[in-house]
Amino acid sequence: MTTKKRYERPIIKRLESNMPNKFGSRTEFQPVTQLEDIAVKELIDAYGSPLFVISEKKIRKNFRAAKQAFETRYPKVQFAWSYKTNYLNAVCNVFHQEGSWAEVVSGFEYDKALRNGVDGSKIIFNGPDKSEADLKKAITNNSLIHIDHLDELYALQEIAKSTKQRPKVAIRVNMDTGVYPMWDRFGFNFENGQAWDALNKIMFTGTLELVGLHTHIGTFMLSPNAYAVAASKLAVLAQKVQQKYGHEIRYIDLGGGFASRNTLKGSYLPGIDTNPAIDDYAEAITSALINSEYRPKTPPMLILETGRALIDDAAWLLGTVIANKRLSDGKRTTIVDFGVNILFTSFWYDHRVSPAQPFTSYTEDTVMYGPLCMNIDVIRENISLPLLHKGDHLVVHTVGAYNMTQWMQFITLRPKVVMISPEGKISVIRNNEKLENLLDLEQVPPHLANFEL
Amino acid sequence: MKIKNNIAVSENGFVFNPASGESFSVNTVGLEILNMLRKGHSAVQIIQSINDHFHAEPTVIERDLNDFIETLRQYHMIDHDED
Repeated sequence: MTTKKRYERPIIKRLESNMPNKFGSRTEFQPVTQLEDIAVKELIDAYGSPLFVISEKKIRKNFRAAKQAFETRYPKVQFAWSYKTNYLNAVCNVFHQEGSWAEVVSGFEYDKALRNGVDGSKIIFNGPDKSEADLKKAITNNSLIHIDHLDELYALQEIAKSTKQRPKVAIRVNMDTGVYPMWDRFGFNFENGQAWDALNKIMFTGTLELVGLHTHIGTFMLSPNAYAVAASKLAVLAQKVQQKYGHEIRYIDLGGGFASRNTLKGSYLPGIDTNPAIDDYAEAITSALINSEYRPKTPPMLILETGRALIDDAAWLLGTVIANKRLSDGKRTTIVDFGVNILFTSFWYDHRVSPAQPFTSYTEDTVMYGPLCMNIDVIRENISLPLLHKGDHLVVHTVGAYNMTQWMQFITLRPKVVMISPEGKISVIRNNEKLENLLDLEQVPPHLANFEL
Repeated sequence: MKIKNNIAVSENGFVFNPASGESFSVNTVGLEILNMLRKGHSAVQIIQSINDHFHAEPTVIERDLNDFIETLRQYHMIDHDED
């Protein structure tokens, strides 16, 4: 009896030389059958498909590398975990265990940080939307409130007067750092004097305690030098406050926005080869601060709110091929069971996708669609992949940032999230949604309760 | 169903169409199908043969065979008389 060979669906591919195309060259040479020594198939069999998988070990490794990058260059460094990047409690607590404070941008996130056990004085409250109740709570808890606009500044002064408390505040400063687009919608502008005006308002009235200066110059910033410009401009403001009022700023917060290893859509080269490393940002920021004219008795603490660069490559999305099809022009398409509803970042990145089972050397130019009955549901417009079959498993890389917060309950229910501990123990850190979870929130008025068809 | 007589197919999966000057590569299963098509085998015979030699359900093979033939048609390799 002859042994049967492994089947691969038949393919014929035109050979083209010297013809660059939008699919690019092949990127996958080895299947990703295991994540941290656990078989992808085993994970999907046990927890379903699609499935988010987070590595605790990788988070800690990323955090420690970032901490080392800054602490070897600057005497006082503090990280604050950006809740909006990924606010699953297990993820937040890994960062808190490593020493991160919490950086939140809403009352909801603020309460989440408190419930996680973060002391109020170690919560940085950013963002344009803080209600009066949010502000009162933050003041009582001694939190660091980063003022976004004058209305917030005046509201804080009112609350301070009426409650006889002295809120700890910083202002958020926006500025031209030489990159486009300039983020000038948040905070007070440096160049036109808004920021200096706000600082004077705080210092003159004395009802608020100015403890810091904050900026957040953009997102996925590919130029470390922009941070050097930002740090220099904040140092100028700190020096002016010191000169005019004899008041020392306690911290300078450079926000986040460091790029991860993902590849932005439209990039010619993969992000893993071209994006700056955390050391590049650290060098730019700390050099600018150290070389600035600001010379207080105590160097200000340097706060960093980086989220994406610490979590993105610590998570994967596992999925399964639903079907292969051809478009009217013969172009190959593959439908997978994860869509833009759970992989929101596929709008921004050309995510790396690896098959999770062995394959041959043949590849196919493919459009990868999600499962949604919506035209927008495209995971990759162009990708060159080995031949995939219905039921094959896939691993999407570098999905830890923003997906597990910006995901939508749209058409399908959100899947489980599991975390692998450094010892290899798998824990479900967020269960998959069930229909009942959604129906619990809905109410049908009595006159709409029944119908006949 | 037959592919054009002038299509050259090498043993290791290199395909040349002298009419258009285009070259192609074909994988193992594709090569087996091409060779059987050249010999004038029917779809049923091809499915049976692939099923005898590879781990795959006949329904899967049939679906993939149809897709493969559609691609050959797009590359103008199918003999029109037989089409």
